[in-house]
Amino acid sequence: MTAVAEAPAAVGAVKSFTVTIKIRRFNPEVSPDPTWQEFQVEAHATDRVLDALHKIKWEQDGSLTFRRSCAHGVCGSDAMRINGRNRLACKTLLKDVNPDKPITVEPIKALPVLKDLVVDMEPFFASYREIMPFLITSGNEPTRERLQSAEERARFDDTTKCILCAACTSSCPVFWTDGQYFGPAAIVNAHRFIFDSRDEGGQQRLDILNDKEGVWRCRTTFNCTEACPRGIQVTKAIAEVKQAMIRRAF
Amino acid sequence: MQTHQYDVVIVGAGGAGMRAALEASKDARTAVISKLYPTRSHTGAAQGGMAAALANVEEDNWEWHTFDTVKGGDYLVDQDAAEILAKEAIDAVLDLEKMGLPFNRTPEGRIDQRRFGGHTREHGEAAVRRACYAADRTGHMILQTLYQNCVKQNVEFYNEFYVLDLLTDHDLTTEELPDDVEVNATGVVAYDLATGEIHVFQAKAIIFATGGAGKIFKTTSNAHTLTGDGMALAYRRGLPLEDMEFFQFHPTGLAGLGILLSEAARGEGGILRNSDGERFMERYAPTIKDLAPRDIVARSMANEVREGRGAGPNKDYVLLDLTHLEPAHIDAKLPDITEFARTYLGVEPYTEPVPVFPTAHYAMGGVPTNVQGEVLRDSHNVVKGLYAAGEVACVSVHGSNRLGTNSLLDINVFGKRSGRAAAAYAKTVEAHLPLPADPAAAVIAELEDMRSRPDGERVADLRKTLQETMDANAQVFRTGESLNAAIEVIKDLQRRYRTVSVQDKGTLFNTDLLEAIELGFLLDIAEVTVLAAINRKESRGGHYREDYPKRDDVNYMKHTMAYRRPPVASDVADGHIEGYFDHVENLDGYKVVLGSKPVIQTRYEPKERKY
Repeated sequence: MTAVAEAPAAVGAVKSFTVTIKIRRFNPEVSPDPTWQEFQVEAHATDRVLDALHKIKWEQDGSLTFRRSCAHGVCGSDAMRINGRNRLACKTLLKDVNPDKPITVEPIKALPVLKDLVVDMEPFFASYREIMPFLITSGNEPTRERLQSAEERARFDDTTKCILCAACTSSCPVFWTDGQYFGPAAIVNAHRFIFDSRDEGGQQRLDILNDKEGVWRCRTTFNCTEACPRGIQVTKAIAEVKQAMIRRAF
Repeated sequence: MQTHQYDVVIVGAGGAGMRAALEASKDARTAVISKLYPTRSHTGAAQGGMAAALANVEEDNWEWHTFDTVKGGDYLVDQDAAEILAKEAIDAVLDLEKMGLPFNRTPEGRIDQRRFGGHTREHGEAAVRRACYAADRTGHMILQTLYQNCVKQNVEFYNEFYVLDLLTDHDLTTEELPDDVEVNATGVVAYDLATGEIHVFQAKAIIFATGGAGKIFKTTSNAHTLTGDGMALAYRRGLPLEDMEFFQFHPTGLAGLGILLSEAARGEGGILRNSDGERFMERYAPTIKDLAPRDIVARSMANEVREGRGAGPNKDYVLLDLTHLEPAHIDAKLPDITEFARTYLGVEPYTEPVPVFPTAHYAMGGVPTNVQGEVLRDSHNVVKGLYAAGEVACVSVHGSNRLGTNSLLDINVFGKRSGRAAAAYAKTVEAHLPLPADPAAAVIAELEDMRSRPDGERVADLRKTLQETMDANAQVFRTGESLNAAIEVIKDLQRRYRTVSVQDKGTLFNTDLLEAIELGFLLDIAEVTVLAAINRKESRGGHYREDYPKRDDVNYMKHTMAYRRPPVASDVADGHIEGYFDHVENLDGYKVVLGSKPVIQTRYEPKERKY
């Protein structure tokens, strides 16, 4: 085809609008209590919540603190609660979260808040490490690559997409009330190996997840699936791990 | 302040740093210091693939790969290093597969391969399928797999620690030291973002794997955190930076945003079109068209726009057309990048072409190293115990233009090499060398000064000016005039940087303070990039001078080496060549002196570069 489509409306458009961002602030050096603070930001149609946070930090209040790096949804640094839902700030366009009303931004829940939108990620990564998130094999390594059919590879494709942003785990009501629960992200990463045809550590991982803080705590509320910025079918993955545990087959 | 002792300290936890850590930690007490959690590193944003002549889907061999790398780099590549890269590529890919990396597979169950720009069979006859890949998130899979194996191997990490100084046993900032003086790296000074505490790491060997510096530009595929820290620290300590004028602009950034859309889009059949719908790459690279190397494609796109054939209301971008591909094929091979087009531009790639324009992507230059990863202090002497790998380093396997998929390869091959070499070297060192007296004094003073200044200009305002200046004057097309305009702005910004202030005066998670420090790195990297570009009066690879549009092998077939020196130092640096590698720029309080380093040629005579 040689016909050229019309330029998409968002590109080159200069229409701007003012948006109110309401942020939950916390700085233990200043006060032991969190407070809400509102900022007005001039924004464009392609701007994301992260752009608004940057404008605040760079033009109004340098002390506003949040993590970010890649700014396009692959590094997993900037998961936060935006209008009550866990999302990546760099993947959420302001125009898509109703900029006519104040947009609320809070840290993700159930992990200790260290400053503003920054939480302590250590408990999250500790759960991840516990499920042995690495390929387990026995015997000599093959000379060339291990063979794996396209179908076998497809079996765990969905859970390889995880960027460890913690949006799922910190959206889980079970995790909110019980921080000991492994949480969806750890189970997703266990799934990634349990269903990898090359892996031989499935039984060990299932034993770990059969623990009282393991997969059986999941109440299938689907918060995690809704929260995942990578579109992983998290609840389905957890269900598959449960089934594997019952059948001991994967 | 805390002090730690390790055999090997690795700075940076992207692909190169973690690949090095997997090697070093097997044999030596190793720590990895990273300003991000390892899985946040920008290796994870790499998309298309990792080159290796596995010949899984068609005939291929490492010699063709070597040739393509040399030609792709417009012959400024060190050919011994390129040969190592291409030969060791095969094991590098197999290593990753054995570590668990979920590559896409062929019907026979082997690692699948696809086409990528500049990778050919029979020395340029036609595109070859050499890129091993995992959908369009190969970098994500590499980063995850390396981190997983670091977890397995209990590698010790210091996360969210910013390394702010490199310690050596000789001062290299004043003059070049004679060949018989042995210079040793002894440690690094780091700042713990969470607490504000200073940590001194004493080490027998140090590996810099700090990545690139794309944030000197406004339009870039690079993360906010890619501020050239490792390069700038080396440069400030008197070490040279090599070939900094060569910066790669990736052809297909999302228009206006710079977010990367992988070259795999063209490898899978995507076509670039101008406002007339013309497949314009047929005019610029008749044989391999849209799969020409990135420098050529980026320049062709910019030229289309300049000559009025750009698309869109402002005619300022071209179009990446995937609409002739089956949606199922797009979903299987290019799921993430098509999602980016939908999320950020509201464009549906199944039915609409995607607006794209070149985006600053990769520094070919960096801290000079030999093929073991050892850092050079001039054209021929190494700093003992100091290594660099990945984008921060210049081996040079990329010359003046890197081929797509060669960077994921570079981090694996030279990450592994430097990790092994560093651990082996550490074993030969009996005791840690003494650190300088009060090793953290300079860093503490710099931070305290920045934190306690009276209200001055904002960091963000200076950074914006820098980035806009670099986009306007040092991008795909450059002239002596544009570059001189850029250096004047940079000089002014360097002066103003001394009085910028931060609003956050606290000690916990003070990202305001660290952004100010990072701006200092960016200014230094921009300074050396522009000065090297001013000096190189030819066009080669990613460096295109409109006032000198031809490649000049007679006078410029050399690597640029840039040194920062005090005002009183000699104007003649190592590798000084009168009339060609002799630029001296006086700045406020110091000067930058350029020299050169020979290019290593083995098999391939430089030829005109046609595709």
